[in-house]
Parts: sequence; C-alpha cells; structure tokens
Amino acid sequence: MSERLSVLKTYKLYVGGKFPRSESGRVYEVTTATSAADAAGKGTWLANAPLASRKDARDAVVAARKAFGGWSGATAYNRGQILYRVAEMLEGRREQFVAEVADAEGLSKAKAAAQVDAAIDRWVWYAGWSDKVAQIAGSSNPVAGPYFNLSAPEPTGVVAVVAPQESSFLGLVSVLAPVIVTGNTAVVVAAERAPLPALSLAEVLATSDLPGGVVNLLSGRTTELAAPLAAHQDVNALDLTGADAESAKELETAAADNLKRVLRPRAQDWSADPGTDRLLAFLETKTVWHPMGV
Amino acid sequence: MTFDYAPAPESRSVVDLAPSYGLFIDGEFAEGAGGGLRKTVSPATEEVLAEYTQGTAEDVDRAVQAARRAFEKWSALPGAERAKYLFRIARIIQERSRELAVLETLDNGKPIREARDADLPLVAAHFFYYAGWADKLGHAGFGPDPKPLGVAGQVIPWNFPLLMLAWKVAPALACGNTVVLKPAETTPLSALFFADICRQAGLPKGVVNIVTGDGSTGASLVAHPGIDKVAFTGSTEVGKAIARTVAGTDKKLTLELGGKAANIVFDDAAVDQAVEGIVNGIFFNQGHVCCAGSRLLVQESIQDELLDALKRRMATLRVGDPLDKNTDIGAINSAEQLARITELAAAGEAEGAERWSPSCELPGSGYWFAPTLFTGVTQAHRIAREEVFGPVLSVLTFRTPEEAVAKANNTPYGLSAGIWTEKGSRMLWMANQLRAGVIWSNTFNKFDPASPFGGYKESGFGREGGRHGLEAYLNV
Repeated sequence: MSERLSVLKTYKLYVGGKFPRSESGRVYEVTTATSAADAAGKGTWLANAPLASRKDARDAVVAARKAFGGWSGATAYNRGQILYRVAEMLEGRREQFVAEVADAEGLSKAKAAAQVDAAIDRWVWYAGWSDKVAQIAGSSNPVAGPYFNLSAPEPTGVVAVVAPQESSFLGLVSVLAPVIVTGNTAVVVAAERAPLPALSLAEVLATSDLPGGVVNLLSGRTTELAAPLAAHQDVNALDLTGADAESAKELETAAADNLKRVLRPRAQDWSADPGTDRLLAFLETKTVWHPMGV
Repeated sequence: MTFDYAPAPESRSVVDLAPSYGLFIDGEFAEGAGGGLRKTVSPATEEVLAEYTQGTAEDVDRAVQAARRAFEKWSALPGAERAKYLFRIARIIQERSRELAVLETLDNGKPIREARDADLPLVAAHFFYYAGWADKLGHAGFGPDPKPLGVAGQVIPWNFPLLMLAWKVAPALACGNTVVLKPAETTPLSALFFADICRQAGLPKGVVNIVTGDGSTGASLVAHPGIDKVAFTGSTEVGKAIARTVAGTDKKLTLELGGKAANIVFDDAAVDQAVEGIVNGIFFNQGHVCCAGSRLLVQESIQDELLDALKRRMATLRVGDPLDKNTDIGAINSAEQLARITELAAAGEAEGAERWSPSCELPGSGYWFAPTLFTGVTQAHRIAREEVFGPVLSVLTFRTPEEAVAKANNTPYGLSAGIWTEKGSRMLWMANQLRAGVIWSNTFNKFDPASPFGGYKESGFGREGGRHGLEAYLNV
C-alpha cells in the first residue's frame, strides 16, 4: 500500500472578502525558515505565495474604503462580538497555525504553540477593547460657558499596515487587531519571507462574520507594496512596523502628501503586554459643542 | 431715522513699543547673528510699529542649546512648582491684558473688541488650565508617570498670535518640556512681550526662547537636530513640508492646518441665531480662522429667507479702525494676504458665482476687504475648495441630510463643521457623519482650554486643548 500523497494548498490573497490570485499572475517561492546551522542556506519549499502587484494594493484600498462606512458605523458591541468570533475560529485551527508558524519561523513545535496561544489571547484582549476605548479616550469637557461639550474617539479611516517581518503571526495579530477593533479598515502587507500564517488568517477572517474588505491581506515584496500604499491619496494612516529604517523614511515622506498618520517602526517585544498606544494611534478625537439652555 | 455710531477709539498709550527688538534667548534679549532687522507694520495704517530681528540658523541653534540646558532642571522640578510658574504667567497676562489686547490689535489688525473679549481671556485661561495639569500628569490617562519629550520647536501663525502661543507654550511647559517658539513674520510683537512676562514671572532662563523671523527661521527650527518635538499651526502646504522634514527622525509631530468648514443650516433652524452663527463663523477675525465656516450649506427650502436675513445682518457690520471699540471687521493682516483673498474672490466671479457685498466705505490706507458673499457656488468652484482665509462666504444648497453630509465631507480638509437644526436626533446623526474634529451645533467658533481642538485628514494631526492636548508633549 503506497503512502498517501497530501493535498497541497494554493495560497491566495484576501481582498474585499474574496480570495483572488494576484492580478499580475505572479507567485514567489516560500520556504521554511533557514538557520545559520542550515548549511544549504535554503529552506524546504512550502508553497508558491501570490506576489501581489501595485494594482493589487490599489484594489485592496478600494475594498477597504468601501467597507469603512459599514464597519465604522457598526456598534462597538457588534465589532467586539465579531473579533471574539475570530478568536474562536483561531482556537479551532490552532494546530494548523502552530505548524505554519513553526515552519515560517524555524521554531520548535512547543515554541510555535506558545506564539499561537499568545496571538489568540491577544486577539481576545483587543476584542474586549471595542466598547471601552471611547470611555478611556473620550471626555466630557467642562468649558467656561453654557455648553454641552463632548469629545469622543473615532476611527481615522483606511490604515495600511506593514506587518512585522520577524513575527509572522503573533506580530501580525498584534498590529492588525488594534487597527480594526476601533472601526478602521486595513490593508496589510504580510511578512515578506513568511506570509503563509497571514494568508491562512484570511481564511479565518472570512468565516468569522467580519464584513468583506475590513481586512485585506497581501503577500509579496514589502518595498513594492508599501510604496503605493504610502503614496495613496485614499489611505489615512500608515503603520510602518515591518519597514526597515531606510524605507521607513521614504514611506513617511511619501505619506506627508496627504498627511497620513504614521506609526514609525520601533523595537518591540511581541511577547510583552501591549499598552493602548496602538489603539490610540489610529483614532481621531471629535469634539461636539451644543448650547445648553431652556 | 438713522443712528450713526460715534467713534470709540481705544487708547494705544497703554502700549510702550521699543523701536527695535532682539531675540529672547536664555532669558535675555539678544541681538541676532547677522540676519538683519525686519519691520512689522500696522495692517490698518501701514505705519511701521517696530523693527525686529530676522533669526538665522545660528540664532536658532543658540536658542535650542539654551532650551536643552534648561530642560534638565525644568523637567526635574516637582510638577507643583512648574504649576506655580504657569499660574504666575496666567495672572500677569490678566493684569496686562489691556496692554496686550491693544498691542495685538495694532500688530495684527483685528478689532480691539475681539482681542479684548476673545483672545486675551482665552490666553490667560489656557495658562490657568494647563498650570493645573503640571502636578497631575499621572492622572491624565497616559500611564502613571509620563515623561516630557525635551525641547519643543513651535511655529505659530499670524491670525491669533498670542492665543496660538498660549496653546503651544502652556501644555509644553506643564509637561516639563522647554520651548523655542517662532512667531509669525507679520505679528512678532506679542510673543516678545510674552518674553517680558516670563521675566516678570521669574521663569528660569532658557525655558522659553523666542526667535523671530520669516519662514526660513521656522524651517531652521523644524530641521534642527536638537529638538525632540515639532508643533506647527499654519497652512496645509507648509505642514506637508514639515512632515517631510521630520520623516525618518524621532521627532514627535503635531500639526494644526487649514480647513474649509461647512456650516449646515436646516429648514427648522432658528433663523436669527443661525444668521448670527454664520456671521460669527466667517467674519470673526476677518475670516482669518482655520476653522472658519467658509462654506454655507443651506437647505434649499429656506435659501431665500436665510439669505435675505444674512444680507440684512451683513449690512450692519462695521468695517474700519481696529482700535475703535465699535468695529466688527478690522484690517486684513498683510498686503500678501489681501492679494490672495482678492485673487480667489476674482476666481469666484470668473467661475460664475454671484458676488455680493454690503455697501461699506473702506479706509484709504491699510489692507481692507469688504465682507463678501458668493451665491450660486458649486462644489467645483475654487472658492468652495480652497481655503480663502478671509471674509468671503460661499453659499451652496442641499435638499436632504445625506446630501448635506456628502457635500460637507467633500474636501481634503476636516477641521470643523457647523450644524443648525432644532431637532436633536438629526443633530447627533449629522455630528456622527461629519469627518471633522470639531462640530459646533447651534453655535460656531467657540473655543475653550478644556476642549480638544484639531482636525481629520489634511487639517493635520494631534489635538490641542483639554486632556488630549497633553499627549503631544509627553512620551506616549
């Protein structure tokens, strides 16, 4: 009896709630992580990931903009429910992500499992912020006059995210969840060398009641995809966490053209408890005045 | 029978102007390093008020170094002590507010009534408000022990010279930062008087430094490697250039830029109040206000009634001597700004909008522009898209709330908006839909130190005022 041949997966992009191949028809080879000890210097072939193009990036922005009204207009309770549903789905696919993270990052099964568990827990933590952030970031302002004056946070809009390069799943979740839980929509460029956990996350998002277009995931060359996103006039903010120092400067310069909010890259320990700064970075404060009187 | 107003001029004798001013660096007035002197004129008369120093890159460097030296001690002071300095400054501003109001009117051209009743009380209030935060930063919601950033480079505009100074300096000092501030080229004087207030308050040397000069001085400050934070209020164009300058550095940046606010009037609005709000929205401070209500969106069914009432009200506006306490609209701040307003208004006519101004006699010298109304404006017209920064109102119409929202949001800016309706649920829905940082409902152009101010989209980022305003000056 011959050994069973496994069924390979064709990884695809996630744009507007659909799973297209790159419009360019291009793919690139994704391999297991290589270590210094690996004399061959080349990992084992895992899959051909889509090599997304600038056009794919622009399509993703269109999808994210289209989804913004509905997602930002949803109640905070509803967004929290949907994010929590994502965590439920992640838990169900835990073994798949452990295997993918182990391959992607060259980790032992146990270490990869710790990364995945931390990522799921982080997603749950952020899910709980949906209906609390307005209470800690908003205020009633005691102005010197007969006015009702209230400040409340609102999502800034479409956020382009350059996901961390080294942490293919925990890092990705740590930058994506704070963007969307507050009502923004996202276009994410996955870690260039290790995009498969991100592309699999898309399958989870697609089956978790998250409206299409709220999260759009691209795999490919980070520099090729980040440039058109940083220069795009319909992107409101840019998270440069996964950009290297030199391209971060270029991207921030391009982002100045329409005054995108920019979160600069900085050294970060993904295992540490996150604060609220990633939540607050993609919020605007709206203040409403109304006279008081009878 | 017509009642004319007798002139009621405020005396300018309360202001003692020196013929020439140096830079305020490290607690002393000092000569510049050779950038020469510039003249600042009264926009109402074109009279030269004083000379001031054109700060050079070398001057900026000296000021930044002084601020850096002062930072160590200033940031280490207990918050309660920093608070006391700020309370002192606030009190001295109150004591000298008549002098400062006259000075501001002389240098800026704004009506004394506004300088006296709006600018100066708010300036003092900002220092009082942030003074109280200095020893309570751990309660501001940015962690138990937030730290200052270091030296803040601050560049401010000419429309509210002293108020913009207060918005920048008060929170920066409260958080423990030291500052180098560059006031605007056409209105440097009140910042130099503020330097004297710092002296009277006994503020430690180098905590506040004032470097005057033109845009090149500001550019040197923003690009200086020794500053940790850039705060700018001014045009979107310059704001973008600054964002490019600080790209790739560790400098924290906040920008308060232009606006093209929609003032939306529904058919159930209280018409008289709406008319007052529209007038205040666009003609306050000669329309030199980034959040001015420059696009009036009026519901089609009340267009005629509202415009008749608005024109009647505009005909009563008194344009002229800013020092006259009866004056509603003063002088345009500079010849350059007058040329820009004139050009944009001409474009409005050329593009087919209908121009109207009440008959009003403008003074023979100085820079003046009559309050102006354009009807038949479309969203494509330049006067509906570009910031005029002058007393020019564009009128557009709408039929449904959805159409009003679409038109109001149809701009790269997102600083402010106005809503006039008696229906609460509609007001709240509108406020929710509008992409702007400040929404005035059944009022307009209200400011308060406790209330965050700042824009969405290309109106900049960061907030000034309130608890939110602290974030710009803390390591959060």
